[in-house]
Amino acid sequence: MSKRDKQTADLEFVAGNGLIHRRMFLTQGAAMAGSLGLLSATPSHAEPLEIPPWMKAPGSHMSAYGQRSRYEDSVQRVVGGTPGVVGSGVSFTPIEKLHGTITPNSLHFERHHSGVPDIDPDGHQLLLHGLVDRPLVFSMDALMRYPTVTRIQFLECSGNSGTNLGPQAQQAPAGVLHGLMSCSEWTGVPLSILLEEAGVRRGANWVLAEGADAAGMSRSIPLEKMMDDAIIALYQNGERLRPENGYPMRLFLPGYEGNMSVKWLRRLKVNREPTMTRDETSHYTDVMLGGKALILTFPMGVKSLITSPSTGLNLTEPGRYEITGIAWSGAGKIARVEVSADGGNTWAEAALTEPVLSKSFTRFRMAWQWDGGPAVLMSRAIDESGSVQPTREALTREFGERRNYHNNGIQVWSVAARTGEVTNVYA
Amino acid sequence: MFTLSSRTAIVLGSFMFVTATQVTAQVSPSLGEAISEADLAAWDISIETNGDGLPDGSGTVTQGRSVFEAQCMACHGAEGAGQPHDRLVGGHGTLDSMQQIRTVGSFWPYASTIFDYIRRAMPFNTPQTLSDNDVYAVTAYILYLNDIIEADDVMNARTLRRVEMPNADGFVLAYPQRTDK
Ligand code: HEC
Repeated sequence: MSKRDKQTADLEFVAGNGLIHRRMFLTQGAAMAGSLGLLSATPSHAEPLEIPPWMKAPGSHMSAYGQRSRYEDSVQRVVGGTPGVVGSGVSFTPIEKLHGTITPNSLHFERHHSGVPDIDPDGHQLLLHGLVDRPLVFSMDALMRYPTVTRIQFLECSGNSGTNLGPQAQQAPAGVLHGLMSCSEWTGVPLSILLEEAGVRRGANWVLAEGADAAGMSRSIPLEKMMDDAIIALYQNGERLRPENGYPMRLFLPGYEGNMSVKWLRRLKVNREPTMTRDETSHYTDVMLGGKALILTFPMGVKSLITSPSTGLNLTEPGRYEITGIAWSGAGKIARVEVSADGGNTWAEAALTEPVLSKSFTRFRMAWQWDGGPAVLMSRAIDESGSVQPTREALTREFGERRNYHNNGIQVWSVAARTGEVTNVYA
Repeated sequence: MFTLSSRTAIVLGSFMFVTATQVTAQVSPSLGEAISEADLAAWDISIETNGDGLPDGSGTVTQGRSVFEAQCMACHGAEGAGQPHDRLVGGHGTLDSMQQIRTVGSFWPYASTIFDYIRRAMPFNTPQTLSDNDVYAVTAYILYLNDIIEADDVMNARTLRRVEMPNADGFVLAYPQRTDK
């Protein structure tokens, strides 16, 4: 028996096509944690070691504002726009090139409807009015003195993964298929404090939030959500918001579709009814088969995604790999993630990386022995409310095979025999 | 750290009753500055579905055609047929097909949204520059192109709120609960 065969024989397989029990993964975790690709195989011979040039002279000086290594310059957002106008479009987070759960601010996805305004915080104000006892205006300086809360939570555009509802599976990196999402540590002022200060009147049910961009982006938010966990976010991952994320302040609504977390927030109007703005009627509504459309579709559904292997991150040779990805839900915490390597015939429970937070990214890992044959990889998340991530087929049965919002369907990656090439497939 | 774990909103039938939690009331520095309705009016640009917020002024289909040809046609095509940007006319009966065409005429449930959106966001490169009369006029023209109003109808705060959109019944509420399930 060769060394590699012996290793394989020791493994505790839990599902078809080489999925290994997470107990094995956890006990061997320390040795495996650092490497994304091959977990362990018979070692080949390394070259004799030499002293590298960067140890033979001092490095560069301290800097006032840090930059990443120039060897990482290729990790970029993929920018797409509406041809002919500046400022309407998206840029995608390259999720397949990132790890952990926090999205770096420079790589946070963007969706703007009329560009990124260049707002001077001294000239920015927040108006709170409508069905309140006291209409109020808050300056930036005033808001900065309010008590804050800090939470690590995801933000996902409801158009994320929409391409995968089209009739043909597109071949693109995971970030281009699913990169309209991110997870950050957000710090801001609970909306409930400001609403109480203004005195919300009887009959109020909704709050219209409006941005100070050239689109005057506006969305109606249930008052209940505003009083629950909504914040006016001022800081993202410890620094003030980036302009493309709403500097100097944005609404942040945990678990709700991204468009509602209005950036460059300038006005909140307390209302009886939803205003039914263009971006909650013409857009961000889901047409079902039969032609009627779902409207006021707020929470993002339970979802997961294998980020590696994925398109472009091909397998190099048979052996042990870590399958990893992220799971999240607008309804709360992730309870469980299951992974399949045989197209959904058998499933095994993945290891979740602590801490598992509410309405946040949870990273999952699964050890896998690839035998060089064909494999079909899938992940399926279940959240604490018991909701199970649906298949693409279940969604298209209700909505048809056309680009739409709120696609939380299971992503299927096919791994080709021998070449290890990974492609996006539908089943 | 204080927490917001205690629920501060209680839903009572169709309306909501809000009580301040002691914790938040204590920590609020109360730094909002009072402002009168008159002084905030310039910012209060949203229009409700019942027409609340519609300003004074009016516009005709003929006036709207001139505004459209001068300020909108380059992006939305002659008579709103689309190209290079969003088509604003037609698409009736396509919502159930794979090539659905969502336009103001085929899809939008409320006429108030047309005035609200054009005034705040269009023309794309010079938003909030049209007069209220011009917004009424171009709204009238788009409604006319979609066979929703007649050629001699005038749009103003009184008439626009009475316009019924063809797809008004085409939506199913998903909040707080799906109404079709
Ligand atoms: C420079 C090009 C340009 C001009 C000029 C322009 N628009 Fe637009 N319009 C756009 C773009 C781009 C969008 C989509 C914006 C987005 O991505 O949210 C749009 C969207 C719209 C929509 C919403 C369509 C839908 O179905 O959601 C309406 C209505 C509209 N424009 C009306 C007008 C009117 C009326 C004018 C003239 C007063 C005008 N536009 C001038 C570029 C333009």
